[in-house]
Amino acid sequence: MAPASSDFPEVQLHVVTGKGGTGKSTVAAGLALAHASRGKTVLLCEVEGRQGIAQMFDVSPLPYEERLLAKATEHGAGDVYALAVDAEAALLEYLSMYYRLGRAGKALDRFGVIDFATTIAPGVRDVLLTGKVYEAAQRNSRNKGARQYDAIVLDAPPTGRIAQFLNVNSELAGLARMGPIKAQADTVMTLLRSPRTAVHLVTVLEEMPVQETIDGVRELREAGLPVGGVVVNLVRPQDLDAEARAALLEGTVDESALAKALASAGIDADKALVHSLVAEGRDHAERRQLEDSQRALVEKIGVPTYELAKLAGGVDLGGLYELAESLCAQGLA
Amino acid sequence: MPTRSNPRVGPMTASHEPTRLLDVDALLDDPKRRIIVCCGSGGVGKTTTAASLALRAAERGRKVVVLTIDPARRLAQSMGIEALDNTPRPVPGVSAGSTTSGGGSTTGGGAGSLDAMMLDMKRTFDEVVESQASPEKARQILNNPFYIAVSSSFAGTQEYMAMEKLGQLDKDARASGRWDLIVVDTPPSRSALDFLDAPERLSSFLDGKFMRLLLAPARGPARLMTAGFNMVTKAVTTIIGGQVLSDMQAFVSAFDTLFGGFRQRAQRTFELLQADGTSFLVVAAPEPDALREAAYFVERLSAENMPLAGLVVNRASVDPEVELSEAAAMSGYEKLRDSSDDASRMAAGLLRLHADRKLLVERETRLRSRFATAHPHVATVVLPALPTDVHDLDGLRRIGALLGGDDAA
Repeated sequence: MAPASSDFPEVQLHVVTGKGGTGKSTVAAGLALAHASRGKTVLLCEVEGRQGIAQMFDVSPLPYEERLLAKATEHGAGDVYALAVDAEAALLEYLSMYYRLGRAGKALDRFGVIDFATTIAPGVRDVLLTGKVYEAAQRNSRNKGARQYDAIVLDAPPTGRIAQFLNVNSELAGLARMGPIKAQADTVMTLLRSPRTAVHLVTVLEEMPVQETIDGVRELREAGLPVGGVVVNLVRPQDLDAEARAALLEGTVDESALAKALASAGIDADKALVHSLVAEGRDHAERRQLEDSQRALVEKIGVPTYELAKLAGGVDLGGLYELAESLCAQGLA
Repeated sequence: MPTRSNPRVGPMTASHEPTRLLDVDALLDDPKRRIIVCCGSGGVGKTTTAASLALRAAERGRKVVVLTIDPARRLAQSMGIEALDNTPRPVPGVSAGSTTSGGGSTTGGGAGSLDAMMLDMKRTFDEVVESQASPEKARQILNNPFYIAVSSSFAGTQEYMAMEKLGQLDKDARASGRWDLIVVDTPPSRSALDFLDAPERLSSFLDGKFMRLLLAPARGPARLMTAGFNMVTKAVTTIIGGQVLSDMQAFVSAFDTLFGGFRQRAQRTFELLQADGTSFLVVAAPEPDALREAAYFVERLSAENMPLAGLVVNRASVDPEVELSEAAAMSGYEKLRDSSDDASRMAAGLLRLHADRKLLVERETRLRSRFATAHPHVATVVLPALPTDVHDLDGLRRIGALLGGDDAA
């Protein structure tokens, strides 16, 4: 089922963004599972303080600590760990790691400096959030006892803010021209701009999200950040072929033949039912037509695209596994 | 970090009263209604809802200005506000008062009008500084790197400036009589609560110990500085660098005299949101996340004594009006899907679509009814999903008609 390899074999850090309502968190979770199924040890990170991972996987809220989220039962598959990155905790950790601030560390909190640095000082928050992800990505055998990840999936801020979020040092540029935070931002940027990173954009086939995706790809490229693929999410079911859709749009459906076919399947199809089904079908065909025009725009972006079907019953754990399978099969993982 | 530490607010037991229908036209026609705030999480169609409400109100005889935050290009074009210039401009093509139903207009006299504008966050911030400080001081502030960073990228500035703009529009409306209704869109944040929290965050920053520490050297002899302060400045210098600290100190001392003004303005706007003439409309999509955010927002409004008009559920799936259950449709689909003749294949496809639609409608209905059980007093209007985005005033008019419950929609 799954192709032998991923389209992004070099990539360790997969950043997933998307406009609100396109399901970027779901895709990030599916992608993390997909990588695990390929035998990788995966870290799934969220940075927006939303506890979306806990909700999707139906586990208790995640602390600022890597937790085992999904353990593989299949032979050869890896485990998924999860981490909710919190800017304040990241700052305190950073301080205790690099500076032995002692009493000053506590005073910082008391004087509102921590609050200031993580919510008000422009850009600092993003450096801290990406910095933590960077730390997880950089671990190697020299870090004794620290878990090493083959793949990290970052459920990132939405498309409208993604270039600004990742382009941490330009965000800081007007502010900190030197100093440790600036140095930290520069180090993080080297990873984010490298072939070890790919930014995937999630969209749905509607005008606004597609336009935002096109704009997002342009902004990422301008910032020198590597664009991965576009994941087209919530695609309508493809049960009617082009011929059937054309007949529905042109109003040339043979309703009596349809009624007969329905009857043969044990459905007592009166005129009203047939009419309603045809009307639903026409509505669907119209939307498919619009989707096709948006799909053409997505294809013009010139990056690999992946499609995920809309799950009519909503996304639960089983649904996430289905999305993961589909992402594997299409080669995003 | 959004902390969800607020208690839940609810009826404790389910009452099984039917959901109240939100009467949008009554809201728009009420002359005492001066401000309508549309809020909700990102991607639920807030801006479009705000624009449609504004147009409908104008065409029912109100003199309306709509403040949009980050409209989609074509939506902005449809209202003739492609340029981001922070000034309300008349929307061409509004048929003033044309759809006013008999006796529906309570605004009396003059025909309606619609002005639209797009928020320019940095410009708004600059204008506040310019209006509060002497020209020389204003220039000092506007050129400070720390100010530039805060005014253009501080998470929350957009929310704060939207509030500021709302305050200005309200003052202008009262003074000039140019508008009698202001419709506000809110910034596309992850959490709908950000809009209410941002001004508080900014003023607590301006009021905070840290700011007072930064101001201390400007105010008194250095020896008054505490040991704590030295330690903190040293730590801040270590982390973000000395140059940032000196920029900040320069910013803060230049800004010092303005702080009082800023705090008062934030306070006044917050009070404006609690005033009788203000109504909040919470916008959501029939999805768990969007409804969860809507629930938090509804509860927060009630805790803050802010008047909630109701809930707009956008993008609902339309229930097909035939009695064919999802299960029956699926079993028909199973029987027909491997057929070779065209009619059977089409029948299979249509049955599958019908089954999916039924499942979707059922799920959305369940989500909405759970929301209604927990929030029984929230009047609601449900809008069907539309196949296309809005490109023109007619599109906005159609949505307005759906909101108002016109049969002709």
